[in-house]
Amino acid sequence: MKKEYSKEILEEITKKFPEVTVKIHGPRRTYLRAPREKVYDFAKFLFEKKGFRLSIATGIDTRDGMEIIYHFTHDEAGTYYNIKTVIPKDDLKIKSLATFLPAANWIEREIHELLGVDFIGHPNLVPLLTAETWPADLCPLRRDYQDEHKELKIKKKAWEEP
Amino acid sequence: MRRVVPIGPYHPLQEEPEFFKLIVEGEKVVDLEINIGYNHRGHEFISQTLTWDQVPFLVERICGICSDSHPYAYVLAVEDIVHITAPPRAQYIRTIIGELERIHSHYLWLGLAGHFIGYNTVWMWVWRYREPLLDLFELIMGNRNHYAINKIGGARRDILPEDYPEIEKYLDLLEKKNAMFTNAILDDPVIRARLENVGVLTKEDAIAYAVTGPTARGSGYACDVRKDDPYDAYDKVDWNEIVFEEGDVLAKAKVRLLECDESIKIVRQCLKNMPDGPIEVRVDEIPPGEGIGRHEAPRGEVFHYVRSDGSNMPVRHKIRAPSYMNIASNVVAVRGYSIADAALVLAAVDPCYCCTDRTIVYENGKRKYSGQDLLRLSHKKTEKIRRRYRR
Repeated sequence: MKKEYSKEILEEITKKFPEVTVKIHGPRRTYLRAPREKVYDFAKFLFEKKGFRLSIATGIDTRDGMEIIYHFTHDEAGTYYNIKTVIPKDDLKIKSLATFLPAANWIEREIHELLGVDFIGHPNLVPLLTAETWPADLCPLRRDYQDEHKELKIKKKAWEEP
Repeated sequence: MRRVVPIGPYHPLQEEPEFFKLIVEGEKVVDLEINIGYNHRGHEFISQTLTWDQVPFLVERICGICSDSHPYAYVLAVEDIVHITAPPRAQYIRTIIGELERIHSHYLWLGLAGHFIGYNTVWMWVWRYREPLLDLFELIMGNRNHYAINKIGGARRDILPEDYPEIEKYLDLLEKKNAMFTNAILDDPVIRARLENVGVLTKEDAIAYAVTGPTARGSGYACDVRKDDPYDAYDKVDWNEIVFEEGDVLAKAKVRLLECDESIKIVRQCLKNMPDGPIEVRVDEIPPGEGIGRHEAPRGEVFHYVRSDGSNMPVRHKIRAPSYMNIASNVVAVRGYSIADAALVLAAVDPCYCCTDRTIVYENGKRKYSGQDLLRLSHKKTEKIRRRYRR
């Protein structure tokens, strides 16, 4: 079995970032809630100082706002940490992690196009999955998205010159 | 002078809808741009419109090769919400299928890698011994490819005691053949020369790009969900994690070959210690909450995040396949190598492939290389090395 030191790390986290709230779900599953301004510093601390690995990020459209969860895993201890933050819908902005963590590059592009969250400081915030002709202000994973493909005003085809 | 060699929108030789833009100076690749999303099927959205029990059926169809991994991770995630574990017999069954799938997936890659470097013997040989495994799947689960073994709270099918000898028989055959492949491939000076120090992904890059699976373990970064965060029967069996430090294509091939041996070991122990009892627990209701399921697929960590609001469908279902991280690392792995190596390096992370071969390379608007040409380039290089060794 792996060495158990999730307790030490949690203590260190709560000491260094008092605004982070901790919820322990299972023996190796922890959910942490952080304010939007702190996510960047917090993630940087976990990645650079503690050797966490970014698995993926999830964007969820909820009633309270857009929820972003960064899923970090601590491979040495086998524990999983989920950093949650809620962004108000009228100000969809968060500091990008891709500046120091290349692994966050693609997933932030994906959340940007599917949910319309702006990642400030991202090196290359272009659509990843949707077509080049897809309108930038149309976010297909949002709750208020209406399926109106037929009415979409797609100006040009991908292979045509502008 | 810099030139652009676009490969795609289908992956060279691996027939996956991806677009690679190689920026070359003469023969040398200096940069790479990757564009994906040509086949975006919106699984995460569809999953939010299906009931809990329908989702395994959907996610099984994400990948044709590791079709056990996604439903496995999904049921682990839902079991995490409900706070239950599958009964012991179901855990062993799921572990056995997961490991057999790893063998078949690694053999598929090995065969294709042999084909890319012009060793069609390796290709034919390896697939010759992969075939009985698919027959074994058909025997156990009635299907060669989509096994449909995972269910929330257990397994859908039992492995009958009559089938144990068949599995044992195959494992005996495979053990011998795998040793033969390992020796033959690692002893061949031409294969070594072709794979060694090609497409090196350093440990620092592996950590920065958060790669998983054999790609990470070939670069000296030990991360294996089966060891780190053991689920089902993985902490009840004895096996080793294979890690190599070099980070080149040969290291990745070695990890895959030796991992097959470990898989044989795991399946043997599971068959020996298989407990009796029920194969599922009844799950009536999924309470509100969230859960995480992780499974070590042949290519790396499959991650599923599921959120429930107490209704009969997931509110959000996030899926991450290992190739999502591994393919992005090609940007650093391919830099500095020749075009002939590029096809192999891009394939070394083992992105999921299927179907026919189609590559079109355009240069200044004129079609120049096809997939066949790319293969020929690769084969030519092997031939060159081979001649050098003959002398």
